[in-house]
Amino acid sequence: MLAALDISAIDDLFSDLPAEVRLNRALDLPLGMPEMELDRHVRALAEQNRNLTQLVSFLGAGVYDRFIPAAVGEILRRAEFYTSYTPYQPEVSQGTLQAIWEFQSLVATLYGLDVAQASLYDGATAAAEAVMVAVAETGRTSVVVARSVDPQVRGVIRTYARGRPLAIQELPLARDLSDLNALGRLLSQETAALVIQQPSFLGAIEPVAEMVEMAHRQGALAVVVADPIAHAWLEPPGAYGADLAVGEGQGLGVPPSFGGPYVGLMAAREGLVRRLPGRIVGATVDVDGKSGFVLTLQTREQHIRRQRATSNICTNQGLIALAATVYMSLLGPEGLRRVALLSHEGAQDLKARLLALPGVSALGPAPTFYEFAVNLPRPAALVNQELLAKGFIGGRALGDDYPELGPGSWLLAVTEKRSAAEIAAFADAVGAVL
Amino acid sequence: MTNIFEESRPGRLGVQLPPTRTEAPAGIPKEALRAELPWPELSEPQVVRHFVRLSRMNHAIDVGFYPLGSCTMKYNPKINEEMARLAGFAWLHPLQPEETVQGALQLMWELEQDLAELTGMDQVSLQPAAGAQGEQTGILMIKAYHQSRGDLERTEVLIPDAAHGTNPATASLAGFEVVEVKSDQRGGVDLTELRAKLGPKTAAVMLTNPSTLGIFEDNIVEIARLTHEAGGLLYYDGANLNAILGKCRPGDTGFDVVHVNLHKTFSTPHGGGGPGSGPVGVKAHLAPFLPGPTVGRDGDRFHLVPGGPQSIGQVRSFYGNFGMHLRAYTYIRSLGRDGLTEVAEDAVLNANYLLHLVKDLMSVPYERLAKHEFVVGLPRAIKDRTGVRTLDVAKRLLDFGIHSPTVYFPLIVEEAMMIEPTETESKETLDAFAAVLAQVLEEAVTDPELVKTAPHTTPVRRLDEARAARQPILRYRP
Repeated sequence: MLAALDISAIDDLFSDLPAEVRLNRALDLPLGMPEMELDRHVRALAEQNRNLTQLVSFLGAGVYDRFIPAAVGEILRRAEFYTSYTPYQPEVSQGTLQAIWEFQSLVATLYGLDVAQASLYDGATAAAEAVMVAVAETGRTSVVVARSVDPQVRGVIRTYARGRPLAIQELPLARDLSDLNALGRLLSQETAALVIQQPSFLGAIEPVAEMVEMAHRQGALAVVVADPIAHAWLEPPGAYGADLAVGEGQGLGVPPSFGGPYVGLMAAREGLVRRLPGRIVGATVDVDGKSGFVLTLQTREQHIRRQRATSNICTNQGLIALAATVYMSLLGPEGLRRVALLSHEGAQDLKARLLALPGVSALGPAPTFYEFAVNLPRPAALVNQELLAKGFIGGRALGDDYPELGPGSWLLAVTEKRSAAEIAAFADAVGAVL
Repeated sequence: MTNIFEESRPGRLGVQLPPTRTEAPAGIPKEALRAELPWPELSEPQVVRHFVRLSRMNHAIDVGFYPLGSCTMKYNPKINEEMARLAGFAWLHPLQPEETVQGALQLMWELEQDLAELTGMDQVSLQPAAGAQGEQTGILMIKAYHQSRGDLERTEVLIPDAAHGTNPATASLAGFEVVEVKSDQRGGVDLTELRAKLGPKTAAVMLTNPSTLGIFEDNIVEIARLTHEAGGLLYYDGANLNAILGKCRPGDTGFDVVHVNLHKTFSTPHGGGGPGSGPVGVKAHLAPFLPGPTVGRDGDRFHLVPGGPQSIGQVRSFYGNFGMHLRAYTYIRSLGRDGLTEVAEDAVLNANYLLHLVKDLMSVPYERLAKHEFVVGLPRAIKDRTGVRTLDVAKRLLDFGIHSPTVYFPLIVEEAMMIEPTETESKETLDAFAAVLAQVLEEAVTDPELVKTAPHTTPVRRLDEARAARQPILRYRP
């Protein structure tokens, strides 16, 4: 190859690098490892962690220890899926394109809305992008975000809002639910969007229909952060008039993986489709009349519209959206309802056991689904430390994110993976450390 | 092929689950419950067969050559996949106590250090979920930096005309006006135009080096000097870092902030369009603005460090795409300091060799050394005589089991074809590609209809994109 190029050394190919910018030393990195040694090295790091198959976890707060059917992992290991890229050449990308179209169909159906796009980085960025859609649609610059929305989601919305002259107002809590009187005062003709979460970050079933109606009365768009598992049972956001629904898809067949990769879900009513961020797949036909799929409505996107694009998104979460699609296909309506109900039953059981302990009280009277908050008579962070010594990962100590709830406030999640015996043992352990 | 909704039959279930004790959730008002969930009902074998069939309709790196310029479609080592699935990583909750995730934090800390060394930066955040989000993070930090100095009049970001579309989209979403800078006759940034456009309104200059033309910007030191003299900061789009690993570092050439695409340079799989990962690195003067948390080290203990008071805040939940961090870490440890330099050498050798093979077939807009990729155009003589366009050539390549290069980008080259072979392709693959391209160009002359109506052997043929956009069918309807 060098001879064909008429050069004597590879370094001649770097002669266009000016001398003053060259790195004239070896990189300060370890030497490479043969695969056997590498395998041992990385495994040793993994073994320094104590994972969810070793500890019994009641921690949720947006990420859940759910069962993943083996078929999901098997499909994800198909190299035709994971070693391909964005389907720029649809003739050789029908597998990816059809899977995304099926993902869009499942998500739109789950949320009861007209359309869904091809996925976003995670639930938090999906919510931030939805806010941007509402701002563009209304031309308004104020956004009301409920404090009962996941603190991670609120944080990302605040960061995205740095790009624009946007004012973000927080809707306070009244005990375990959003304060509707305060909402009435915060909403105005300047409000672009109201962002709420169902069930709330604290696990409570919020009066979402009423909140959406209040937003609409002021001409604001309603964005609902909607947990996909609980929505096996809960009224879909589209049914009570939400303009956009977004959510974290991690619970749909994706391991917690220390925070990612996950998949953001986004669905909207028809009228907003040309404002949506990221990829969208549409059905069409080829020159022979055979049905097929393509990336469509691309004039929204950065590679065509450049600085006038609706978002800068290029890559989405293709493979994780595929995982969710396979998971949703395996479970179907009955399987999803069962997973949600098993989780709910476990949570109700744990809640009753904890509330029977002296000094433990509920955050409030609102019904909860599979996650709920209680007040402990001791700081939750200390309780968690003592539970870890007994092999449990306790709930999320809420005091840092919600100082108004106090250091004893504690958020617990129960999934279908938690057995009745584990729940009983955990409740006993909590009783022992209080 | 039928879709999962059409394949549905009532009563089927693709997973065995324990029975529930109750019929419906307790204590939730009836009006808060949904009436139906019209999802398909399928058995496990049905689902598996459906998706395996779909997979067979995809081209992929593990199937054949994928010279998609600017995307660095290199081989994805299998050890990375195996490590990512270890329970000790895959089954970690991001909010677990720190003492139970020391291995994961150590891995992230080491990756931060390695990326800082590879890019010549002082500090790194792994949080951005993709290259475009890395850009957004970098530009928001630049905005916060100027604001922290009370320098509020900097409203413009300068971007070369050859740049990726994400650059102007990012600048605009961060609230800046985009000012385009033309390329000069040699394919580099036009310095005269750059001087004219830099000024007290300049917040930043965004640059990809090597550029999207695959050319190393040899005026980079002067560009950095001019940008800094004007009070602006220099942003490095790391899409093309693969070409210069171990040879030259953006931080040593005057860049203030970089993003790195782990799914390009560091071999994490592209996944049919994500997940990616786009860590950002900064020089010390931008470190206070990094998104939190990052990873700190205290002796042999590792801990999460929240963003400081000047941080732009978080751009994504938790710590980014950890699964991608661990694949990239595995790749970096596999190759090590010498191997990573060889990556750049072999990538550049492959690109120059392939350019040598095709330069007499195609028109070459810039006669310069290529780095990791190069851009050629369809010869005007062929287009004028036969009506065959670059798109047609791209589609015909699909018939030979080769993914098309990137086409019609960058926008400044007519009938452009951007070819990036990567270092993981053999000489035989490059020779075969050149031979196929020669054959297709000959067909363009002898049988233009064959090329214009290509592809002929793919699962579907050319699709009606206009119809898809005019009458959008974006979901299944019964």
